[in-house]
Amino acid sequence: MQNLRVTIERGPDQPNAQREFDVPAQANQTVLDVVSWIQQNADPTLSYRFACRVGMCGSCAMMVNGVPRWTCRTHISKVLEGDSVTIGPLRNLPVIKDLAVDMDPFFDKWVAAEGVHHGALTRDDPIAPVDPAEAARGQADAGIECINCSVCYAACDTVTGNPDYLGPAALQRAWTLLNDSKDSARNAILEAVSGVGGCHNCHSIGSCTAYCPNDLDPLSAIAGLKRETAKSFFKRGR
Amino acid sequence: MLNLRLYMLQRLTALLMAPLVLGHLAVMIYAIQGGLSAAEILGRTQGSALWFTFYGTFVVAVSIHGAIGLRSILHEWAGLKGALLEAVMWLAGIGLFILGARAVWAVTFA
Repeated sequence: MQNLRVTIERGPDQPNAQREFDVPAQANQTVLDVVSWIQQNADPTLSYRFACRVGMCGSCAMMVNGVPRWTCRTHISKVLEGDSVTIGPLRNLPVIKDLAVDMDPFFDKWVAAEGVHHGALTRDDPIAPVDPAEAARGQADAGIECINCSVCYAACDTVTGNPDYLGPAALQRAWTLLNDSKDSARNAILEAVSGVGGCHNCHSIGSCTAYCPNDLDPLSAIAGLKRETAKSFFKRGR
Repeated sequence: MLNLRLYMLQRLTALLMAPLVLGHLAVMIYAIQGGLSAAEILGRTQGSALWFTFYGTFVVAVSIHGAIGLRSILHEWAGLKGALLEAVMWLAGIGLFILGARAVWAVTFA
């Protein structure tokens, strides 16, 4: 194979931008390599986002043949249909230009789900011990490798239909903090995930867990939040 | 669009309906053996506190469960929101309740 036929979804207001590109095939080539080649050799006006190129920073996620993926860790050979591939901006987020989306709604929801540290100690207190064998710590550990790439958010059909829904990443973050012995705002977190956009809007479709590039399991985290909020409902009436 | 209270109401009514649906299906299969007549049905239900409670509970659970389910569908598939979404949910719930309650009342007391 000599050339890859690459289609890039350009937008939002660029009807005349080039969309079809021929990219030289390499033996070893990621989707991000392909996008970079186009930007450097074919069309310098192409906008996209990346930083670390090793699957840690979470900034290069795009839709590849309609599937949300971390492009720096996705080999083009795995996603080619014949010699063609279509690359677009992440779903469920406003497009700024070409492959760069506005991540603000994603991170705003992260904060709205109380996905921030709620400490109770001061610098004068001794460091709180964390027992790695504790069951709750295991639950927290399962979710903390999230790199905020928004692949789960783009994969979620509930977010598509219900724009207020906080989404899998934010809710998984809330779940890790709920299980973190260092976090002191249990009721505030339960309150935050019980509102109009909260965990109860999840239909358990499971795309978040299916597409997470880090093999995390937001679906189970959200199920955990549903369980804990239900318990709290019977105990506290809300 | 669904908060904890609506979620719990929908789950609890589902819990209530599961045995009621099975009971309803079982009675339907039992009742049609050897033909079905209005007299036979009314003979079972008229003045019966048991059947009034059974179908009365069923109607209340269906009204709540169905209205909340419709709310989700209308929001996610038809984009309804705000006061309109609230109004349609209440209308659906009250409508279902009136239809069902009227029937339960009729087969028990009329």
